[in-house]
Amino acid sequence: MKTIISSSGKGLESPFDLRFGRASWFCLLDEETGKTRFFQNEYKNEFQGAGGKVVEKVVELGVTKVISGDFGPKAKELLDRFNIQMVIIPDDSQTIADIIAKLK
Amino acid sequence: MPRRKRLRKVVAPPGFKGFRPYGNRHGKRDHVELLYEEYEAIKLADYDLMKHQEASKLMGVSRPTFARIYESARRKMASALVEIREIRSVFGNAALDKSWFICNACHARFTMPSTLKHFNCPLCKSEFINPINSEQ
Repeated sequence: MKTIISSSGKGLESPFDLRFGRASWFCLLDEETGKTRFFQNEYKNEFQGAGGKVVEKVVELGVTKVISGDFGPKAKELLDRFNIQMVIIPDDSQTIADIIAKLK
Repeated sequence: MPRRKRLRKVVAPPGFKGFRPYGNRHGKRDHVELLYEEYEAIKLADYDLMKHQEASKLMGVSRPTFARIYESARRKMASALVEIREIRSVFGNAALDKSWFICNACHARFTMPSTLKHFNCPLCKSEFINPINSEQ
């Protein structure tokens, strides 16, 4: 089970990002091994359709769950179609480490 | 850039793809696109006989916005009848309500893809989850 969490920085202590398509970083978490990997969102400053492009990337990585603050209409539709679970956390006061701790 | 439209919650999508007039002498005309939220507005206000205030809460929009959706729905139906046009149901700005759940323990909202087998919160593994629809 792989999970993606939108993050505003590179590192476990960086705060969680409420945006999905335009988050600065993503944290890829492998739930079996507990390993994390951070990668930058190359579509952050895309003129339009950032969400959709991120979804494509998410599908390529074989992720089954994405955690963010909200999803745009296009991203929502695509994620639904690929049977990827969306999780919305409404407050941004948590860090990536807090969320990972909750997941265990 | 105008403000993004909030998604309107729709409990169940219309059970039809469209309605077509028959027995009309004029040839084929352009169709009218009835959005899911407009169908829902007509259903809540005229079939379930709800007050606009309650109906708007159910759809997650303000009362004036609900009134606008309802108005546009009625106008589309009227123009379809008078101008003998086909009605088609189109997705529009709807969020189908059934697919979203809320966890009572950590207040996270999430979807449940059909490929998933266990029904618990993906975040805190709590089993106290409800469909968002019953939250109100």
